[in-house]
Amino acid sequence: MSFLTALIILGVLALIFGLILGFAAVRFHVEGDPIVEQIDALLPQTQCGQCGYPGCRPYAEAIANGEEINKCPPGGETTIKNLSELLGVEAKPLDAAHGTETVKKVAVIREDECIGCTKCIQACPVDAILGAAKHMHTVIAHECTGCDLCVEPCPVDCIDMVPVPVRPDNWQWDLQQIPVRVVESGNE
Amino acid sequence: MTFKLAASPHTHSRRTTQQVMRWVYLALLPGVLLQTYFFGVGVYVQILLALATAWLAEAAVMRLRNRPIAHAWQDHTAIVTAVLLAIAIPALAPWWVIVIGTLFAIVVVKHVYGGVGQNLFNPAMAGYVLLLISFPVQLTSWPLPSELAQLPLTFGDTLHIIFTGFTQAGHNLEQLRMGVDGITMATPLDSLRQDLGQAMTLTESLTKPIFGSLGGIGWAWVNLGFLVGGLILIKQRIISWHIPGGMLLGLLIPAAIYWLFHPDQAIPPLMHALSGATMLGAFFIATDPVTAATSNKGRLIFGLLIGVLVFVIRTWGGYPDAVAFAVLLANMTVPVLDKYTQPTVYGHGGRS
Amino acid sequence: MTIAIKEIDSGQLWNFPGGIHPPERKQLSNQGSITPLPLAQTFTIPIKQHSGAAGDIIVAVGDRVLGGQPLTHAGLNNGLPVHAPTSGTITAIAAGRIAHPSGLADTVITLTADGEDTLVTMPPLLDYREHGRSELLERIKQAGIAGLGGAGFPTAQKLALQRPIEYIIINGVECEPYITADDCLMREHAQTIIDGIEILLHLAGCDKALLAIEANKPEAIAQFEQLLPQHPQIALRVVPVKYPSGGEKQLIQLLTGQQVPSRGLPLDLGLVVQNVGTAYAVARAVLAGEPLIQRVVTVTGEQVSQPGNYWVRLGTSVADLLAHCGFQPTPTQRVIMGGPMMGFTLPDLAVPVVKITNCILVPSHAELPPAGPEMNCIRCGACADVCPAQLLPQQLQWLAKAKDYDGLEQHHLFDCIECGACAYVCPSEIPLVHYYRKAKAEVRQLAREKVKSEIARERFEARQERLEREKQERLERHRLAAEARKRAQAEAVAKGADDPQDAIQAAIARAKARKAAQAAAAAKQSDDESNV
Repeated sequence: MSFLTALIILGVLALIFGLILGFAAVRFHVEGDPIVEQIDALLPQTQCGQCGYPGCRPYAEAIANGEEINKCPPGGETTIKNLSELLGVEAKPLDAAHGTETVKKVAVIREDECIGCTKCIQACPVDAILGAAKHMHTVIAHECTGCDLCVEPCPVDCIDMVPVPVRPDNWQWDLQQIPVRVVESGNE
Repeated sequence: MTFKLAASPHTHSRRTTQQVMRWVYLALLPGVLLQTYFFGVGVYVQILLALATAWLAEAAVMRLRNRPIAHAWQDHTAIVTAVLLAIAIPALAPWWVIVIGTLFAIVVVKHVYGGVGQNLFNPAMAGYVLLLISFPVQLTSWPLPSELAQLPLTFGDTLHIIFTGFTQAGHNLEQLRMGVDGITMATPLDSLRQDLGQAMTLTESLTKPIFGSLGGIGWAWVNLGFLVGGLILIKQRIISWHIPGGMLLGLLIPAAIYWLFHPDQAIPPLMHALSGATMLGAFFIATDPVTAATSNKGRLIFGLLIGVLVFVIRTWGGYPDAVAFAVLLANMTVPVLDKYTQPTVYGHGGRS
Repeated sequence: MTIAIKEIDSGQLWNFPGGIHPPERKQLSNQGSITPLPLAQTFTIPIKQHSGAAGDIIVAVGDRVLGGQPLTHAGLNNGLPVHAPTSGTITAIAAGRIAHPSGLADTVITLTADGEDTLVTMPPLLDYREHGRSELLERIKQAGIAGLGGAGFPTAQKLALQRPIEYIIINGVECEPYITADDCLMREHAQTIIDGIEILLHLAGCDKALLAIEANKPEAIAQFEQLLPQHPQIALRVVPVKYPSGGEKQLIQLLTGQQVPSRGLPLDLGLVVQNVGTAYAVARAVLAGEPLIQRVVTVTGEQVSQPGNYWVRLGTSVADLLAHCGFQPTPTQRVIMGGPMMGFTLPDLAVPVVKITNCILVPSHAELPPAGPEMNCIRCGACADVCPAQLLPQQLQWLAKAKDYDGLEQHHLFDCIECGACAYVCPSEIPLVHYYRKAKAEVRQLAREKVKSEIARERFEARQERLEREKQERLERHRLAAEARKRAQAEAVAKGADDPQDAIQAAIARAKARKAAQAAAAAKQSDDESNV
């Protein structure tokens, strides 16, 4: 009998708390940024497809549906860390199957070799290549995300990926990397 | 010729951690000399034991951590820890007491937390508390000030008693601690606490020979010695006045008020100031930069907190002295103090 | 926030927290007068020497130019021109060494001097009060004048904003050790500086200037005490010796008791701060028509035999300058552009002297020993005690090492003025400022990348939209074309032409008939065979 009483009491309690929780969930519902938007905002937007999805937004959608967060080489550790903080999951090392984190690069067309086939223009996910059929193409360097996607389609292999140059205004204070010139001193 | 590249500033005040630490242990000298005068050369033996243990322990830990040993020795922080612990324990305590205490302080309290600068607790005081809890008898068996002692003590006797427990003549520590009248005497604070606990009045208790004038024979002088050393440190800007000032105020103001209301059941303020580890704690232990608050406001609160805790524990607590416990408790509050005593950054609404 | 005018006018001084007293070592270089440096043979003139955009190059290789002739045309974004330091021929326009801590290259114009040093000037505007404000500002801009104190912000730009100004603060503090360029300039050209201040006051439309000089420059102070009674708008303020009281924000706090709001400007308080060297340059540009082609540079340190102050044409290489001063390098020499607290080391001596170069310091090993090994922080708090911005340097250091950018933001990393006081006192010799600079660069880089990725996302989405739109349009075109074809057929049938449906039916009928005929023929043949 006491066993039954306990069951009933617990059951009623569970019901009451369930109702309270349900009420609270509806009453205090917070309309946040949709999670896909938040994930997308953390991705580097190179649109390179190295994750296996055709762009950053599709990958963001996949992450929202439970995909791993460590498949974005351009974003690297920083992106993984940010994603893990946003989603409350554990940060993992970058999945090497999708590539490794390298220096930021930008595509450059060797313009005298370009035959004007427009294949790279079609491949570029951010419309950063300018040109017309049978005319020379060129890359708008500051719009290029360095995604690599234009290199493969080029029939004459005239696109190079070159590292983004370090200029005084984006220099990161690496004193050790400054080449020091050794000069003869007159007094020794 | 090559050009050397370096980050600004290219000039540096020539005061390194090593020099700071050197000042600290040099400033301990007056107190240590006086302590030796009153309690015998055992003080030196304890210091040497502590130093040897600290150096060896530090070397071993650095080796385990795959770090250069010289790096740890260079900053001299281990020296300060060792010396502080050695002068905090009775001069004739058995050798293994200081060895265990120093090992704990260096290995567990300092290096397990990540080495110099990373520890939350003051290593010397954590070591002291470990010893006090584990070996209460050894830690409270202070030898008598020399002028009260029944038996004279030679250097050989000191070594003998530290390493074997007996003097060359076969006396043990208890016998040594007997006064001229043949009664074992505790430290002034200890006997006062016991007497007050047994409903004796202050005046009755103070008739005992251990209490000279001020804070008890010997103890007052030792405290004055540490006070002088501490003032030198403040003068040299090694420490700021905030922590010692806060601690003395925090101790003396409540002590004075309590004493005014219970003049015959309380420890007099002057006795608070000049007995036990008050001055050593105020100027040398609480001021350990690693485990103290960093802003001046924070330091003042930190000091006040230690002072009040010392008063509370000495008055109502179960231990005769309280500096070690008070410092450790205050150490725990440091992160909070640091967070809430941040100065207002320039341009964020502060006033000059 | 309003400033306490009554107290300021009464000469009251305030204080700022922190600060340090490093050895000044100014006697090394302030003993003699300012000597003109003999002309070098080649000059390399970076086209960007101030904080703002570089101008467009208006000369070509092979051009002959006269000294003072502009080489670039100031464009937008706080642009300023640079001028030929002497007469000669442009021999190259290419990437070359510039005066920047990174040692990276940027566009420089190389000028080979002809030795005649023919100079051109603009017409003097002696009666400057008669000329319009915009004309004077244009003159200061065309003279290429940027703040000569170190930041290099275009001077005209500071005055161009039409906002009420209560005081112009003239910074003659020069609190950095070793440097005496401003000190010597004030001793020798006090009257020109006063003229410059009056021009600045005229431009700002205010009538009060505070000239701040640190107490360790008695000769300069005496000069102004003698001259200033005739100039009641300018008040002298002798400030106590403490580093960094010459920092713009600290000087404002010293003189007015106010703090410049974080991320704000002195203008928000109704203040403008100009360096004494800038005031001098303004006076020369307006009253003599001289563009900024030379400045006073302190050459000091124990490794030069003739330390002192020199008038140096901009674009002179540090090598030429040091050679003249008897430079004897040690095997691991540091050559510092700027002072010992905030200057940067040079990777070689090809770096030119530019508008913001106030000092070349070549210390001996003993006088400025290189930093020792970095040790662990012992949380002593000495850094926080000396920080003039009231930051928590050790906290920032930990956050910077952990790359905790949010934490750095919360601890106001960007309010750090990089004065170096914290690193100076650090007993563990932690290069604190270096950590902050790196962290700042990283935060800025992240912000840039954020903007870039935002643009990339928009472009990607725009492209997706365009592709989708194009697909829809293609489908729509196909559909319309099919409909048009059907409509055309229907119309043709209605007009009496053969209905295409009839033609199909006819073809089917023809095929059936043919099959039937074949079948009949085959049947007849088999009957014949069976009858045999």
